[in-house]
Amino acid sequence: MSDLLAARSQMAMSLAFHIIFAVAGITMPLMMCIAEWRWLRTRDETYLTLAKRWAKGTAILFAVGAVSGTVLSFELGLLWPEFMRWAGPIIGMPFSLEGFAFFTEAIFLGIYLYGWERVSPRAHLAAGAIVALSGAASAVFVVIANAWMNTPTGFRLVDGKPPIAVEIDPIAAMMNPAALGQTIHMLLAAYAAVGFAVAGIHSFLLMRDRRNVFHRHAMAIALAVGGVTAILQPVSGDLLGQMLARYQPVKLAAMEGQFKTEQGAPLRIGGMPDEESATTPYAIEVPYGMSLLAFHDPKAVVKGLEDFPRDLWPPVAIVHVAFQVMVAAGAAMAFVALWGAYLAWRRKSLPDSPWFLRAVVAASPLGFIAIEAGWTVTEVGRQPWIIQGVMRTAEAVTPMPGLKIPLITFTLIYIFLAAVVVWLLVRQVAESPRVYVEPAGADARGREYAFD
Amino acid sequence: MLSIDVLLAGAMLVSLTFYALLGGADFGGGVWDLLASGPRKGAQRELIAEAIGPVWEANHVWLILVVVLLFTAFPPAFAAIATALHIPLTLMLIGVVLRGSAFTFRSYDRRTDDVQRRWGRIFSMTSLITPVLLGVTVGAISSGKIRNEYSDFAAAFVSPWLAPFPFAVGFFALTLFAFLAAVYLTVESGEEALREDFRLRALASAVTVGVMALVVFLLSANGAPVIRGRLSQSWWTWPLQISTAVFAISAIYALWTRRFRTARFCAAAQTTLILWGWGAAQYPYLVAPDLTIYNSAAPAITLRLVWWALLVGSALLFPSFYYLFRVFKSSENGARIESERH
Repeated sequence: MSDLLAARSQMAMSLAFHIIFAVAGITMPLMMCIAEWRWLRTRDETYLTLAKRWAKGTAILFAVGAVSGTVLSFELGLLWPEFMRWAGPIIGMPFSLEGFAFFTEAIFLGIYLYGWERVSPRAHLAAGAIVALSGAASAVFVVIANAWMNTPTGFRLVDGKPPIAVEIDPIAAMMNPAALGQTIHMLLAAYAAVGFAVAGIHSFLLMRDRRNVFHRHAMAIALAVGGVTAILQPVSGDLLGQMLARYQPVKLAAMEGQFKTEQGAPLRIGGMPDEESATTPYAIEVPYGMSLLAFHDPKAVVKGLEDFPRDLWPPVAIVHVAFQVMVAAGAAMAFVALWGAYLAWRRKSLPDSPWFLRAVVAASPLGFIAIEAGWTVTEVGRQPWIIQGVMRTAEAVTPMPGLKIPLITFTLIYIFLAAVVVWLLVRQVAESPRVYVEPAGADARGREYAFD
Repeated sequence: MLSIDVLLAGAMLVSLTFYALLGGADFGGGVWDLLASGPRKGAQRELIAEAIGPVWEANHVWLILVVVLLFTAFPPAFAAIATALHIPLTLMLIGVVLRGSAFTFRSYDRRTDDVQRRWGRIFSMTSLITPVLLGVTVGAISSGKIRNEYSDFAAAFVSPWLAPFPFAVGFFALTLFAFLAAVYLTVESGEEALREDFRLRALASAVTVGVMALVVFLLSANGAPVIRGRLSQSWWTWPLQISTAVFAISAIYALWTRRFRTARFCAAAQTTLILWGWGAAQYPYLVAPDLTIYNSAAPAITLRLVWWALLVGSALLFPSFYYLFRVFKSSENGARIESERH
């Protein structure tokens, strides 16, 4: 394994690990706040219990997210010093802002987790809301920086190797063409993935314990958060598709397995691109689909990979398959969400038919699969560039040899941490409370808790 | 002289100071967790966990702020440091990851002794190692041995940090953090006997800090000649050295006479002056001898924007921190100690 590949693998592994905890840090506070707000409104103690139980899970996930995020901020320099040297003045700004968002997130999460007895209920809920907001803001700032790597703006190039940036404008860099679409897409993905994962857990427990109000409340909130965002997600995907068609045609062609430039290009579902023969066999082709999606015009010309030099192609098969996985997972989630919405509208209550519960359980990992696949599309699809059209990944890597060693070390540590987190969360879930009577107002009786 | 690049370098030093005073003390807490002993062993560990729990994540962000300021405002310095000190920084990160995770896992895992002890051991061991590596990094940056030349592996990636001086700085940082933690814990504990435990620990570590400071100074003759020269021959040498010494001695005296809040103030002031003395001696270099604040600064527009972000961010940050510490630290405990004493 070359040092470049080791560095790329370490970065990919670190990001893939961190993103799971990062999205939990965005969405869990929102759901905790909804539960706590419901408690303040209805005085139904089950909601308070729910907020506290979710807060425990969040504490574990947030801590691992915070430390793995620290690793990433250093890895930018440990692995890609030349990228940071070049890009720091242009794109450091959103990272600085993210630093402050992370500060408020951590401060108010401390107050939320440890302050139940120390601040007023309103102040407590407000602290939770600040955590949820600053978590979302952190995500926005970090994704803006990534979007800039895809569609770099805010500078003028002067010849050199790598070219020299002059007339730097960090604000214009933050306003790059991919920023809006990517941030919306990532935020919706975060809410949908965590919403579905949590709904899946409570759905699984509801299958055994249909009348447990604790799980019913939990599932209602998680499904609402995950469902609404899963249904909205295709809209932001469409926004990104059009952005790609204009600014990253190579990535789009790889995603679609489009080798030849074509008027009225079809949408390929499935298939396995083959770079040697420059074809994508075994795909189901929807006529005009691709032109329609990318340009909203069935006759539009879609550029194929063959229009670009071979050394600027990303690994086509990986990008295409990852994209298919993301879309399939997202579509399945949107379908389950629509089904649930229909059931809820018909019955005016939480959808809890056995088949629906099973579907939610089956859909629960899909959001995370879609997120990992989506990041694979955007990162692998940008190769060989680290900054699209400006700097190649190979030019950015550290001269430090032996990068296999940190790669293996961090991989082992992260596997260990992942196993512990799963074990702790399973234990938390197994200790879920059992509440069987819908309480009437503040005077709730007949409830039974299986924990302190 | 106070151009915007110097102001931003100053902001980095201020962030690093907050990290030492707050995050450093959290590491120091881990040291005392490891060294917990005597009849109140369990109570000592509990007090440490209570003190760290609500604040360690927020305290930790100061380090991230230092990093983002460095790579936004002085990118070549960040690239040079991250390249040459890849090994100690990676080891430090492993410490950061395991210490934070283990601390949280301990709080949320089963309460049985063996489980708690296992996470506790990882937490306390990494609390010991991480500050040493942080100090090693600072020591290596000060040594003037980092070059933008990577053909010889040992010279480029090992010898800048694997030397007596950086490690002396590392152990100096460790003892300083342990000292801060012990002093803070005297204020935080509500129980007389427990407070005495940490008072003795604070006194012992105050002496160790003095010894380590001397060792660092002696080793700096070879290890960091430029810094040593400035620390001992500038116009500010004597005012700085004397006031640092005054705070150090006052901290010990206050501990001796059980004026714990005064001791806390003096210990924090002592630490701040140590770091600012280092910063002043380092000026104008970020990575001596090649990179100064001036020749590695980003273009003016970036610096101005970052400066504004810092001002606006601080306007949000400081009230938030004040609120956090008021909720968890203003405790009745502290007030009670003061009133008991008077």
